[in-house]
Amino acid sequence: MSDFLLLFVSAAFVNNVVLVRYLGQCPFLGVSNRLDTAIGMSMAVVFVITLASAVTWNVQHYILNPYGLGYLQTIAFILVIATLVQLVEMFLQKSVPALYRALGIFLPLITTNCAVMGVAVLNIQNDYTFVETLVFAFASSIGYGVALVLMTGIRERLNTAPVLSNLTGTPAALITACMLALAFMGFAGMVQ
Amino acid sequence: MSVVNEFTKGLWKEIPPFRLVLGLCPTLAVTTAAKNGMAMGLATTFVLVCSNILISLLRNVIPRKVRIAAFIVVIASFVVIVELLMQAYYYPMYKILGLFIPLIVVNCIILGRAEAFASKNPLLPSLADGLGMGIGFTLSLTFLGAVREIIGNGTLFGMSVLWSSYEPFSVMVKAPGAFLCLGVILGLMNWVSTLQNKRG
Repeated sequence: MSDFLLLFVSAAFVNNVVLVRYLGQCPFLGVSNRLDTAIGMSMAVVFVITLASAVTWNVQHYILNPYGLGYLQTIAFILVIATLVQLVEMFLQKSVPALYRALGIFLPLITTNCAVMGVAVLNIQNDYTFVETLVFAFASSIGYGVALVLMTGIRERLNTAPVLSNLTGTPAALITACMLALAFMGFAGMVQ
Repeated sequence: MSVVNEFTKGLWKEIPPFRLVLGLCPTLAVTTAAKNGMAMGLATTFVLVCSNILISLLRNVIPRKVRIAAFIVVIASFVVIVELLMQAYYYPMYKILGLFIPLIVVNCIILGRAEAFASKNPLLPSLADGLGMGIGFTLSLTFLGAVREIIGNGTLFGMSVLWSSYEPFSVMVKAPGAFLCLGVILGLMNWVSTLQNKRG
């Protein structure tokens, strides 16, 4: 049990997907303007990353590896992720309309979120078992959500602050991300 | 003439990732040294040029409804080619870039150019567009890598360039340095544009 706890803390904080592993930057800077959209996006990301990791793990271990097709990993994974996102979208629209209204507009954006693909590939590269994959994917996406919500909070405050005219918008967001990344460096060394 | 324009717009006016803020993950992740940035830029350029050529040739064959899926398959095939070539002939760099080689697939610049340009234009402009954007991306990544390597490590392309008692500011080669460096460069480019607008 403590192994899973360590894996969780390590994936969510010490090796945070956005601020330490540099994955999923585009939505991180793109949707961190308003708190409600940021929370919606975080929930969609948690949902898709966990599901996509579970499916791609099985694709790798039961389809690609037995037939020696490891070199097709990139193509197979991106197709699985794109199809999965589409399926999730249709399923939610039909069966859970309330959730669809909350997450709907973020789902198409997630296909090109490299955090999804990145976590799927990391699961295979790190030789995780199926349960470890689930824990790692869930923890990573929680870490993503935490970073996104923190960033949004800071940017909402920053909107009312006087910023140099040449730095408004993306440059200021990047410098904010720098401070946040510095803060997350404080977690380093907590878990080996 | 227009072909030349398509080529040069990628070098300054729309240079990715500084003007078109796309494809930030590889930009931030691999620019710990000038050499790594350059290798990543060249790999991306190869995929961008090849996918632009193929998508431009197939633009009348691909049905509009499934175009995104078709583009992704084309791009992913070229990424696999790059991956296998680097693994075979340039293994040390393959180890350094690691995860970010398969992630070229989800680099929004490539899909963005396929959707916005190659799917609507004939072969030659698409080739020029891909090459220009690719070279622009390579230059940006090399520049960013060089800045971070000089400040964070005191070297450039692995050679020592600063005085011997220089104490490396090692946070620059870690994540915060990446964000700071890119933010400051974007700010400086805005400043240059403001100056140009005032003069012109």
